[in-house]
Amino acid sequence: MTRARTLFTTAAALALGLGLAAGNAAAAKKEVKVVFIGPLTGGVSANGLGGRNSADLAVRLRNEDPKAKYKYEMVVLDDECKPNIGVQVATKAASDRAIIAGATHYCSAVAIGTVDTYHKFGLPVIVWGAVLPDITYGNDYKEIHRVNGTMINQNQVNAKFSTGQGFRKFAVIHDTTDYGKGHNKYFSEFLAKDGGKIVGTFGVTADQQDFNAELTQIKSLNVDAIYFGGLTPIGVRIRSQMDKLGIKAQFIGTSGIVSDAFIEGLGPLAEGVLAFREGAPIDKLPGGLFFTAKYAQAKYAEGPEAYGAFAFAAMNLILDTIERVGPDRKKVTAALGNVKNVDSIVGKISFDDHGQNTVAAITKYVAQDGKWVVWEDSEYASGKRKLAGR
Amino acid sequence: MDAGLLAQFVANGLMLGMMYALVAVGFTLFFGVLDIIKFSHGDVLTVGTFTGFSVYLGLQMIGATNPWLQVAAVLVVATGAMAILGALIAKYLVMPLKSAPPLNILLVTLMLGTVLRECVRLFFPDGANPKRFPRLLPDDAVALGSFNLRLDSVLLFLGGLAVIVAIHVLINRTKLGLAIRAVAQDEETAKTMGINFTLIVLVTFALGSAVAAFAGVMNGLYYSEINFGMGLLLGVIGFSAAIVGGLGNIYGAILGGFLFAALQTIGAVALPFASAYKDVFAFAVVIAIMAWRPTGLIAERTSERV
Repeated sequence: MTRARTLFTTAAALALGLGLAAGNAAAAKKEVKVVFIGPLTGGVSANGLGGRNSADLAVRLRNEDPKAKYKYEMVVLDDECKPNIGVQVATKAASDRAIIAGATHYCSAVAIGTVDTYHKFGLPVIVWGAVLPDITYGNDYKEIHRVNGTMINQNQVNAKFSTGQGFRKFAVIHDTTDYGKGHNKYFSEFLAKDGGKIVGTFGVTADQQDFNAELTQIKSLNVDAIYFGGLTPIGVRIRSQMDKLGIKAQFIGTSGIVSDAFIEGLGPLAEGVLAFREGAPIDKLPGGLFFTAKYAQAKYAEGPEAYGAFAFAAMNLILDTIERVGPDRKKVTAALGNVKNVDSIVGKISFDDHGQNTVAAITKYVAQDGKWVVWEDSEYASGKRKLAGR
Repeated sequence: MDAGLLAQFVANGLMLGMMYALVAVGFTLFFGVLDIIKFSHGDVLTVGTFTGFSVYLGLQMIGATNPWLQVAAVLVVATGAMAILGALIAKYLVMPLKSAPPLNILLVTLMLGTVLRECVRLFFPDGANPKRFPRLLPDDAVALGSFNLRLDSVLLFLGGLAVIVAIHVLINRTKLGLAIRAVAQDEETAKTMGINFTLIVLVTFALGSAVAAFAGVMNGLYYSEINFGMGLLLGVIGFSAAIVGGLGNIYGAILGGFLFAALQTIGAVALPFASAYKDVFAFAVVIAIMAWRPTGLIAERTSERV
């Protein structure tokens, strides 16, 4: 009898202990991993670091929120803006089953190279900066989404705006990656519709140093403007070498040169350069002030750069979705497929059949006094300053 | 094509050729004395350029803003520092491996190049971004029709020419040059004649690396922009130029440098299908020349193949 009672007590104590243990586990939040991938080193690292900080900010704010169901850990990987490295890190992230979703890629050439990897491993991702249309439209993968717009819209606005400013004769320089070729394709198409004429197209490698041969030819073509489809590093070189050859044409870039590094690399020569980017400027975004205030509070070493707000929005959408459906890749993918009119700091987000957010707004920028200024607010628009050759 | 335009292409090509030639001279010097290929040469150039850039920033900070003084200081410190770096590389990396298979040195210097490049990227403040190199030379320009000739380009070209002439005089007219040539020709005999072999090797490496630093600063002044990867392609092109000209022969390297620049310019100008293929064209012609003359255009008399 005594023996039986002891046994009973022990069992009861054991059960109680187990229950307590279970209770403790519920109180400590479950850890969930998400991934951020962008170019953290190399020529366009300024944009990558800005994106990383912004995504990190989204995670930090979520972890500070007592109502959040999970504790999030953001794994950060560097794609170096190189497709081969991109596929490596994408595979690393996608094959880690603990990682539920990711905000990925600034460089189009990398993003287009990694979509198959994410699809194969079933990792839902939201692209935060790459603008090549094919990333979302070139496949039917349910895992791939994108918060920022594509290069189609920005080139449409670019062509219309540039011809509207009176530029008629264009020379095109583009890098020969998918990114540069895409820009060339869409810009040429839209420009033809708007009555502009391209008299010379020059493909250049993404690490070329010397553009004198191309630029000398462009000089002899006597163009009104040079359209450049490529990223900051060679953009800096081309603009600087234009000046050495005494080319007075207007320099028109894409979203790829909207970065502080472009202006720092050129100094006074950046003045009057035009560029276009999807989405409203940060301070005009619905949640822009909230974002900039929180970003400043977090005291990151680097600024958010042009696509920081998109990285924040992408990560935030991922966290919202995980909160809602739980840390499960399949459920998250399915839930992201149904995102319609969701509020974010970059405005309403709606994904279409291909996971593409339909951002219609394109912002026109002009470099003025060492800053990218929204065209409408600039002294160029008010007529106080003039674009090249106008 | 009008004359002005042609002149512009020629001027661009000459500038480019001068830079390639200066890099190629280094490769050929190293091969001459030690029969080795030093693949970190392009990255020594990068380090030299960034050293010069730091000197400029330093001078700017202490308020010494006279551009001539700055050019002089940038050049002296950059070439001096790279001469020391070159000698150190020779002493601690190349000489100990002297009797190892040449492939080992090739590999070791290739790795060293990566280390140097990554160090610039990681340790130079904001080193991953392109940097604006100051315009220290007067940038007056003369426009003759469609030909835009800038004073700074002329000065840079003359500077490069002066360096080449100086190397020529050093090699052919001085005792040091005689010693370098002797070592290049026959190491053993040179030693028995009382030439300090190690010293000559170190001096040659210092000389080649200093010339690379000069080419780097020249590159920065010419393009007004520098970045951590600038030495990579310059190194490959300089190496090809040295091979095409005849590895081990200084005039061959210079010839090769200008030839390569000419090929690139022709590739960009004359080929009907976009300039994207100009490097493909230039390197393809180099391959053809190698097939035609395996020892280079001006062969070293006792040429060895690696």
